[in-house]
Amino acid sequence: MQIEQLEILDFLRTHPPFDELPDEVLSRVAAVVDVRYYKAGASIVEFGQVAEFWHVVRSGAVEVFRRNGTLYNRLTAGGYFGEFGLLRNGRVRFPVTALEDTLLYLIPRELFAELFEQHERFADLVEVEDRTRLRQVMSRREESNDLLSATVETLVGRAAVTLPASASAREVAQRMSEEGVSSLLILEDNPDVPELPQLAGIVTDRDLRTRLVAPGLPYDTPATEIMSRGVVAVSHNQLVFEAMLAMLRRNVHHLPVLKNQRPLGVIALSDIIRYASRNSLFLVGSIFRQQSVDELAALVPEVRACFARMIAEDASANMIGSAMSAIGRSFKQRLLELAEAELGPPPLPYCFLALGSMARQEQLIVTDQDNALVLDNRFDPAQHDAYFKALAAFVSDGLARCGYSYCSGGVMASNEKWRQPLRVWERTFTDWIERPTPESLLNAGIFFDLDGVWGRVEWAARLRELIARKAKGNSRFLACMARNALLRTPPLGFFKDFVVESDGRHTRAINIKRRGTAPLADLVRVHALAIGSQSLNSFERLKDIIDAAILPLGRGQDLYDALEFIAMVRARHQAEDLAAGIEPDNGIDPEKLSEFERKSLRDAFLILGNAQKFLKYRYQPGRAN
Amino acid sequence: MLHLGDLRQPARAGAGRKGPLPAAAVADWPARFAELARAARDPRLQHFYAAGTVAGDTALQDVPMIAIDVETTGLDPARDEIVSIGVVPMDTTCIRSSASRYWVVRPRAELHPESVTLHAITHAQIEAAPDLADIVGDLLSALAGRVVVVHCREIERAFLEVALKARLGEGIEFPVIDTMELEARLHRAPPPGFLARLFGRRTAPVSIRLADSRERYGLPRYRAHHALTDALATAELLQAQLAHRFSPLTPLRALWR
Repeated sequence: MQIEQLEILDFLRTHPPFDELPDEVLSRVAAVVDVRYYKAGASIVEFGQVAEFWHVVRSGAVEVFRRNGTLYNRLTAGGYFGEFGLLRNGRVRFPVTALEDTLLYLIPRELFAELFEQHERFADLVEVEDRTRLRQVMSRREESNDLLSATVETLVGRAAVTLPASASAREVAQRMSEEGVSSLLILEDNPDVPELPQLAGIVTDRDLRTRLVAPGLPYDTPATEIMSRGVVAVSHNQLVFEAMLAMLRRNVHHLPVLKNQRPLGVIALSDIIRYASRNSLFLVGSIFRQQSVDELAALVPEVRACFARMIAEDASANMIGSAMSAIGRSFKQRLLELAEAELGPPPLPYCFLALGSMARQEQLIVTDQDNALVLDNRFDPAQHDAYFKALAAFVSDGLARCGYSYCSGGVMASNEKWRQPLRVWERTFTDWIERPTPESLLNAGIFFDLDGVWGRVEWAARLRELIARKAKGNSRFLACMARNALLRTPPLGFFKDFVVESDGRHTRAINIKRRGTAPLADLVRVHALAIGSQSLNSFERLKDIIDAAILPLGRGQDLYDALEFIAMVRARHQAEDLAAGIEPDNGIDPEKLSEFERKSLRDAFLILGNAQKFLKYRYQPGRAN
Repeated sequence: MLHLGDLRQPARAGAGRKGPLPAAAVADWPARFAELARAARDPRLQHFYAAGTVAGDTALQDVPMIAIDVETTGLDPARDEIVSIGVVPMDTTCIRSSASRYWVVRPRAELHPESVTLHAITHAQIEAAPDLADIVGDLLSALAGRVVVVHCREIERAFLEVALKARLGEGIEFPVIDTMELEARLHRAPPPGFLARLFGRRTAPVSIRLADSRERYGLPRYRAHHALTDALATAELLQAQLAHRFSPLTPLRALWR
């Protein structure tokens, strides 16, 4: 008879991955665990020795090393190690030493193998490849996205507007106008069930135009003659996603929603689009209705609320980035409209550029304004600059009031250095690319993410095309860019309430932008430039990079997941700050991270770290790319 | 292990009768066990002694040990009785929690309501439990050939002595390693010296209770008063004491009492 130790059972029950196991299995595990104590500094397992146990840290702390002696991980209560050796060749792969006095639970290899084989969620969590775990995390996130899990019922805003089959086309049009709808359902008697009229067809605005007015039919034409029959309908409990597919497949823009065979309402394609980028579209609409900088500034709480809502609704970082960037772009556009209204029409055509994260559509709530002006080649400073200086100042000051702080590096159109005619910009980019030095490119990285937001936006496209053409295959330039992309590195992971650096040092907090999303975006930009991609968004650039097959197989997807996860943690913590009434920033206090976030962030940092090593190797000066 | 009052109390409780010899007073435990094996009348005791024990000069790393804890109805071995026993085999490198054994036994005397709440053993469990006489064979087999580890030796030794006497007509002797005594060596120093007395420096006495001792070695806090948990807690404490204070080559003699 085996007896489980209650303390062991209780500990396992409350720690992942054991909390994934059924109770009876847990009891068995608790009954076969052995226990060992190690004094601080003692070696626990050494490289190459036979791996007999899977180790769980009950108390204390241990350090896991790579074979070459560099720190791989630091674990505290609830951490585990040894799975690598057990699942591979049965030899210890990562030596482990007690950092503090440590009590370990030893799970025999046979039992570990059994748990790993028979319990999928358990296996997922202890999966040997860190990057695989992150992929699983991300795919679960994607699955849990609202668009894929919400039912169409949630989109039905109002009861269906219906008329009996006896109605005339004119009655239909009148009713639609009264109700302010773009479609109407025609019901006909059901010979089998008289109390339940059935759906005969649908009339849309378009039907009135193409089937009534265009052919010149009289207004008293029966509605049944202009309606679409054989209507594609969805059931109220079908997924939004399915409804969207049905619309695309049948090329219709309106879908009646039925519940117990009665029409519940109609959803339009626009409902789905609005749903997908929930609320942000409304906000964009209202930005363009504001008549002054004051009014625009008054929208800041709404921008923040929209951001928080998207996070609460589990939108992906990519979706949030697009929505927030669209909002930022709208602010710029409206400010430029207001500026032109105040200053009069511009003396020369110009293009207002968004740079950096807004151009990449990766803006969150805490963001600098990075922008520049491309002016017509006839630009004469003496004659024209007063206007553009005033224009830039108007926009820049307006943005600052709308929550986009001034760029500390001075990358703003209000800086005359970044207010240049197109040919000067072309020369500047050509110089940067053809005669690069790491120093000249140090602060130039931001300019390689550029997007036109107002005016002659085709000039922005022209600059992008020039960059892509000249950068591709230019090994010296790419080496300089790569070198700069390696200046900011991720931390190793977390330990207790500290951030652990690769050299073992501890810090209190990290700036998740500087140590995570920014170096990732830098890295992706170098690869994107190397293959001549003209995409701006890091996720899209990664897709181009994956297609170009310049990364080892699977690494592109890993980077995609890592970027999504780090960006999501960053966004979530900003949303938490907002909710707590604190001014959000990019600082992450490890204390506030869940165990799950710590593990997954560590995985993401590891992917970034490895990708940086690859970048360094790939873009050596003089190496053909 | 039940520590309700002053730590000296268990010693007093056992002081009234002729207790077993302290381990250190026996020069040669293997010889003593051989002698006891011949003298014992009960076959289970004969077996236990015949399995022998390691000699005092054995290096710790070669000593098979077993941590034991008994929960009792009270503190007086003359009046109170054992309600549960937990044992966990161990050696210097590993605690064989997987080979733990645990018994609930039915005391012959009435159960105090307050000890029921302490042990979390219910009346129903005790009603259904066997008499210690029915499991003493299993218990002695588990202990056979191993050096017993306890926290506060008086309790375990005195209660087992009385319980066996009542059931088998003869008591039991064995050497023990006492983790509380190992702590006392550090924190119950001889009376303060001249200078300390002169300046009247008094430090609060360091607690050598199981939970407090464990905390000093960075061991986690466990719920007390479950015989099996306390046995595990004692085993972990000993491993910590050994790791910090004794070499694996230290002779057993330096530890047992």
